Amino acid sequence: MKRRKERIDRGIKARSEDIFALSSYREMLYLLVPRAIPVVGLLGAAPFLSPYWQEVFISTAVYALLAISWDMLISAGLVSLGQSLFYGIGSYIAGALNYYWGWSPLFTLPVATIGGGILCTIMLLPVLRLRGIYFAMVTLVLPLMLMRLVEATRILGGTEGLTGLTPFPNPLMSLYVIQIALLIALFGFRRIINSDYGLIVRGISDNDRSVMSAGINIYWYKTQVLFLGASVGSFTGAFGTHVDMFAGMPGFALDYAIMPVAAAVVGGMGTFAGPMIGAFILVPLSEGLRALGALRIVFYGLFLVIFVVGLPEGLFSYMQRKYHQFERWVHVE
Amino acid sequence: MLLGTLVYGFINSCILALIALGFNLTFGISGVANFAYGAVYIFSGFLTWIFLNSLGVPYLLSVIISILCAASVGLLVYYLIILRVKGLSLSEVMATFGLGLAIMELFRYFDFVGFKYTLPVFFDGSIGIGDVYIDYQRLIIALIAVGLTVGLYLFTHHTKIGLAFRAIAQDERTALTFGIDSDRIGALSMAFGAGLAAIAAIVILPLGTIAVEGGYEVLINALAVCIVGGLGSTVGILVASVLIGYAQTFTANYLEPHWMMLVSLIAIAVVLVVKPSGLFSHQKELEERI
Amino acid sequence: MSDTTPLLKVSNVSKSFGGVAAVYAVSFKLNEGELLGIIGPNGSGKTTLVNLITGFVKPDKGKIEYSGKNITGWAPYKIVSLGIARTFQMVRPFYQLPAFKNLIVPLYSPRVKKLAGGKYGDRDAVALDLLEEVGFERDAHVSYKVAGSLPQGYLKRLELAKNMALRPDLVILDELFSGLSLAEVASIVPIIEKLRFQGKTIIMIEHRLKELFRIADRVMVLNYGEKIAEGSGKAVMESESVKKAYLGSETA
Repeated sequence: MKRRKERIDRGIKARSEDIFALSSYREMLYLLVPRAIPVVGLLGAAPFLSPYWQEVFISTAVYALLAISWDMLISAGLVSLGQSLFYGIGSYIAGALNYYWGWSPLFTLPVATIGGGILCTIMLLPVLRLRGIYFAMVTLVLPLMLMRLVEATRILGGTEGLTGLTPFPNPLMSLYVIQIALLIALFGFRRIINSDYGLIVRGISDNDRSVMSAGINIYWYKTQVLFLGASVGSFTGAFGTHVDMFAGMPGFALDYAIMPVAAAVVGGMGTFAGPMIGAFILVPLSEGLRALGALRIVFYGLFLVIFVVGLPEGLFSYMQRKYHQFERWVHVE
Repeated sequence: MLLGTLVYGFINSCILALIALGFNLTFGISGVANFAYGAVYIFSGFLTWIFLNSLGVPYLLSVIISILCAASVGLLVYYLIILRVKGLSLSEVMATFGLGLAIMELFRYFDFVGFKYTLPVFFDGSIGIGDVYIDYQRLIIALIAVGLTVGLYLFTHHTKIGLAFRAIAQDERTALTFGIDSDRIGALSMAFGAGLAAIAAIVILPLGTIAVEGGYEVLINALAVCIVGGLGSTVGILVASVLIGYAQTFTANYLEPHWMMLVSLIAIAVVLVVKPSGLFSHQKELEERI
Repeated sequence: MSDTTPLLKVSNVSKSFGGVAAVYAVSFKLNEGELLGIIGPNGSGKTTLVNLITGFVKPDKGKIEYSGKNITGWAPYKIVSLGIARTFQMVRPFYQLPAFKNLIVPLYSPRVKKLAGGKYGDRDAVALDLLEEVGFERDAHVSYKVAGSLPQGYLKRLELAKNMALRPDLVILDELFSGLSLAEVASIVPIIEKLRFQGKTIIMIEHRLKELFRIADRVMVLNYGEKIAEGSGKAVMESESVKKAYLGSETA
């Protein structure tokens, strides 16, 4: 008699489907606890950290938000190797508005978010009709070229960038702004992807010919998703600008492009919570290794390779599977 | 001035073509993503330097060893990484990109930064064409570029292995039924591509220093040329290199050097609008799937 | 729309792929309510013709008119909103989704919204009803099964349901019967007859000639991209050129 491994939903999972979740506190807790962890963990823990770690926290949250925006794009089949494009554009828009016209963060943030979203969408519009690999190549090349363009033409502050920008009135406030943005993005995007709209988006990623022949204009949907991802990305850039009080070429740096991808690969693509977890693992870890300088990127690179090959489903998917299902050996006739 | 621009434009085009050849071979012609290409380029450069300067190995031997090492790296990458994620193009791209990143930054970490990192030119001196002087190194680059391009075209169209390269990109299943071992051929194609990167590095790097940034530049340029020319088409690479190469040189000489990058950007933008899959691409566009 | 205007008019359409003429100078007319069969050996250009009509491929030459409108070169989603829907030869559903969820996507198309008077309604219920119409047994809860676990017979019916969800006027079925047993074909034919009864116009590409000839009004034969015969099933099969195409010149 042979054996094979079988995965079955846990009893508690079956009991907490749909309306039955309200049947007892156990089921409700089962559903609520995983969702409460990020909310409580983030909002609760933040003020108790030392100023240094608060900075790290903010940086982590920024990368997490960037990673979540990457995940939204990948859900539609758009592979972005250049999240730094969105970060840089958002950063420059907010920076320019603040530097040249003295706008306060209250206004630069929304304008940079929407404006950045529109600008980046327009830039990438021609590539939407092509196969995924062209999109990836163009997103890789664009921010690097824009960076060299700024360096060469010396506009918008050139190599030095725009300095002395207005910070947030209160460091704690910046902490909370980014966290709330992160939570909204996390839960909001998850909601979207699990809805019927998200079904179409995921369908486009899976089999775009089929979706096209079902009468859906896939380019319009792709554009919408691109705008969503680009706006959130631009938000992170605008936010980062006011935290660092600086906007410049480093906004287009490879760091901002690789990190979201590494975080998503480590955490689990398509789950939104995965990239967030990935960021919360990778960024503090690399902060701790900051003394090693360029080794940080070596580190990201290796993580990328190991996880893509070794644990493709990502940490979050793995944990989620363990939480919802258990495995057992079954005898086979 | 015009003659100078024409001549140096040609050299620039040759440099671009040489850089793009290896990338095009693996990615365009065989369909195997190798985004560690820039890393292999720099790796070969540094390796040659190490053999030459730290180990005192004679130049010719260093070169040969570097090329072989680069090819082996290509093979290793295929068997260790690509094999496990084959077919998932996103994973292939990310894994190779991550690896390339790790390799390049590792060199930076070990302080391979500075002006002392150079490779020697083949011959010193220069030759005059009209009132324009070109150094021999650049001439050699041009010769090798042309030679390799022609050689590559003949290889992929007239030899068994070359045709196999093209087969596995077009339809792997059918290639398998013809007895083509797609794994072996894919690995070979990666090895060849890496070897070409090494050759390009050894010939081009003497013009300047070996710098980690160069690795990124190479990847960007190779991608730009392939996007404009169309993945997979050797003719496309030629035409794209000439276009971008001359556009860059003209802007550098007649306008200002720092507009060169803008020119490449515009070239890519125009091509994407006019013929998105590249000027000479063989790939069918998104809608055309039978 | 007058009786004399054909619903679909294809005029002298040609398409080559890299030197190979997949479709060459094909012309035909289709009137409302007809069931046209398109047959021909493998590689004769039948699917390419459908790709041309539904906008997945742009013709090199020729014109395609639907209801008097010139739709040559239109994008597929626009052609669908006019009322043309097709199935695919290689059935590829969304494998991880339950069967009825597969229908959500077509039910989201602008055409369905327009026909439903601007409101979508409960799409899940509509999807389940559609699946029942094509033969997904309600008691066995087949509609809730994940598409990847369903056998070919059900997948073909799912494909048909996706087509019907768009409420088309012109239904194009590309080798719907391939891979099905006689019994399965016999169970799908009534569904097609019902579509005809509802007044829909149908094009069917088929290799199963016996089953096709029973329901088709007219049949068109393609070979190497060219139209070589048109007429009733019997007339077409007796034509010399058709025999030569299918059987080769020695046995004809």
